Amino acid sequence: MYGIGLIKGLGVTLKHFVETYVEDIRWLSRGGRYYDEEALKVRQSTAARGIFTVQYPEEKLPVPEEFRYIPFLIYEVDEDGIKVDRCTSCGICAKVCPPQCIWIVRSNDPETGRPVPAPTDFFIDIDICMNCGLCAEYCPFDAIKMDHDYELASHDRFKDHIFDKERLDHPLSYYAEIRPRNYAEEERARAEKEAAKAARRKSK
Amino acid sequence: MAETESTKVLDEIKTKFGDAVSPDEREGYDGYLVRAENLLDFATFVRDALGYDYLSSVTGVDYIVEDKMEVVYHAYRTSGGPALLFKVQTQREKSVVPSLVSIYPGADFQEREAWDLLGIEFEGHPDLRRILLWDGFHGHPLRKDWREAYFEEDQKPFGNRWPEGKVYRIEDKVPFNKNVKYPANFTPEGWVPEGEGTLYASLGRMEKSNGNGTGSEHIVVNLGPQHPSTHGVFRMVAELDGETIVDLKPVMGYLHRNHEKIGERNTYIMNMPFTDRLDYICSMGNNFAYALSVEKLMDVQPPERAEYLRVIMAELTRVVNHFWAIGFLLNDLGAFFTPALYAINERELILDVFEAVSGSRMMCNYFRFGGLARDLPPGTAEVIRDLAFERLPEKIDELERYLTENEIVRVRGEGVGVLTAEQAIGFAAAGPVLRASGVPYDVRKAEPYSIYDRFDFDVAVRYNGDVYDRYLIRVDEIRQSIRILQQAIQDLPEGEIQTGRPQYQVRVPAGESYGRVENPKGELGFYVISDGSPTPYRYHIRAPSFINVTGMAEMSRGQKIADVVAILGSIDIVLGETDR
Repeated sequence: MYGIGLIKGLGVTLKHFVETYVEDIRWLSRGGRYYDEEALKVRQSTAARGIFTVQYPEEKLPVPEEFRYIPFLIYEVDEDGIKVDRCTSCGICAKVCPPQCIWIVRSNDPETGRPVPAPTDFFIDIDICMNCGLCAEYCPFDAIKMDHDYELASHDRFKDHIFDKERLDHPLSYYAEIRPRNYAEEERARAEKEAAKAARRKSK
Repeated sequence: MAETESTKVLDEIKTKFGDAVSPDEREGYDGYLVRAENLLDFATFVRDALGYDYLSSVTGVDYIVEDKMEVVYHAYRTSGGPALLFKVQTQREKSVVPSLVSIYPGADFQEREAWDLLGIEFEGHPDLRRILLWDGFHGHPLRKDWREAYFEEDQKPFGNRWPEGKVYRIEDKVPFNKNVKYPANFTPEGWVPEGEGTLYASLGRMEKSNGNGTGSEHIVVNLGPQHPSTHGVFRMVAELDGETIVDLKPVMGYLHRNHEKIGERNTYIMNMPFTDRLDYICSMGNNFAYALSVEKLMDVQPPERAEYLRVIMAELTRVVNHFWAIGFLLNDLGAFFTPALYAINERELILDVFEAVSGSRMMCNYFRFGGLARDLPPGTAEVIRDLAFERLPEKIDELERYLTENEIVRVRGEGVGVLTAEQAIGFAAAGPVLRASGVPYDVRKAEPYSIYDRFDFDVAVRYNGDVYDRYLIRVDEIRQSIRILQQAIQDLPEGEIQTGRPQYQVRVPAGESYGRVENPKGELGFYVISDGSPTPYRYHIRAPSFINVTGMAEMSRGQKIADVVAILGSIDIVLGETDR
């Protein structure tokens, strides 16, 4: 009969509509289904039923660890409280960068004339950066990593959109916080390497 | 067996053409070199006697050192099997090659593209105009001696980034307007574009008399470039008799950025994130095709686990794309956004998987030569399993219940925009458009790549070739993809995900390669030529969205103007790929 298909389809719409409220009621005892991190996780999972939208900016989707948005540089703090850059200004990130948005200034030691293994300055033009993450992937010193902060709107693109070293620098603890799994993995590899080095030295 | 067949073919060609056709014996190259004057005969022979009925890709290469232009053709059999490559060479200045449109209508847009970007003239082409660039454009940008505005260096990485690193904005160095070069005696103010005139003239506008002395005139209507139904910036110039389409010309290039020129400046690995931006709905599939073509040159094989993950990602991409395509087809049919949002729900869940593994929802940049960027993070395999076994099968049933029997969808779709099997093959249509016309041609079966030969799945095929069948075929394909996903996630082995150490600059031996995959929108091919340097010498993309539009005029003729929107929606184009 003509119209059956339409009615069936409307049934599906109705199901979606009703499911939203059924789920809302089920979550009532747990403090509601909105503006709540736990509830949001379920609402955005494969178990999701009914309404699927997110009330941004009150609610924000959690970003996974691998999420990448604009690189930053990592520094460590030594015993004297002095910032030490992990970056050695080897330039691999600048060489692998597809849109060529990284500028690195490397200076020479005035006495020896040799290059200093630290960047004098470091610029990233975030208007050009395509967030591909290749710099972080190929950095041999784990010195440049991808950030999680995606709310970067600013009023003046000419002034604010070329990040210099000061703006790019973040402490190691920040990295450990946003990417705990990667951090642990790298620290483990580093410790192994150190141990192997020590063992080699001993055997010599 | 393949060996004996190719020698048999070679003998046949030798007896028929003698010296006019010779095997291409350059190091790392393949196929045949054909003399320009014999090209039409040879192509007819290839199509009719050898059975290579599907001309997949046509492109040009500028060999500036040898002072030659070369046109490269990749022909396939729709019954499956490897390609037959043939090439024709001509001089660099005033390059002329006979057009193959009369033999393979699908060469139409691709030849126009080669004319536009490389300046190769195709003699006998019915409508040889620029296709991606604007009509007043000066020069042919893919020629090796052509330089773009804001040109820095021929190859990346640019020297001034490191170690001096003097940061600047390119706009400050070359202010706007100062990078424009005008031909001699040209004043921009006095210029009147002539391209529109030729475009309208190409429609074959005509007066119609209805016998009683009151003649009526056809009118021309521009749909787009700013039109919600065009899925981006795409324009269709339709000639109408009342409400009926008499002729139609697609106009594109509004999103053109010369991806191929950028690709020839980039090193091999740099191109990977750029491929994401072609068909931005299916970035994993684009990565796949590009990785395959470069891996062929490098002769590396990804490890087992990487192969499985690649297949999983490619099939998830297909589900994403088809959900999206169905949703937006229904938008075009007037079901404003309810079906689209239901479809996007499921897409969203898959994008979460992509984000977890690759760090980005759409610009995945996940594949590397000989492997993948990283392994699955903990918990992701379970989500994929959940999707493949529970969520997606349920949701595709729901979508079908919602739409398939819907009377409006059927009335708007059945018998609209028909493309017969012969026409579809002729126009080199690919993917769902080809298979909805009754041609069971799927690269995953026709010439299996990666590990697709291990999975049990069917090539979806429908026979009416109309808008409704193009909807149904996408539903069928989602079901087949789910089947593959279930098998792949069950058998997913443990192990490495990268062959050898990851390198930021790979060594690619000289030669040519054509890597193709069955992307959700059709056959996506990357034609890469390496000269041994860190950057590809030639980097061409056979874009399914672009070539599928070739049949648009044929599908639309005789239909009502309102149906054009549905027909375009059923082809499912993405302008990032169409315009490149």
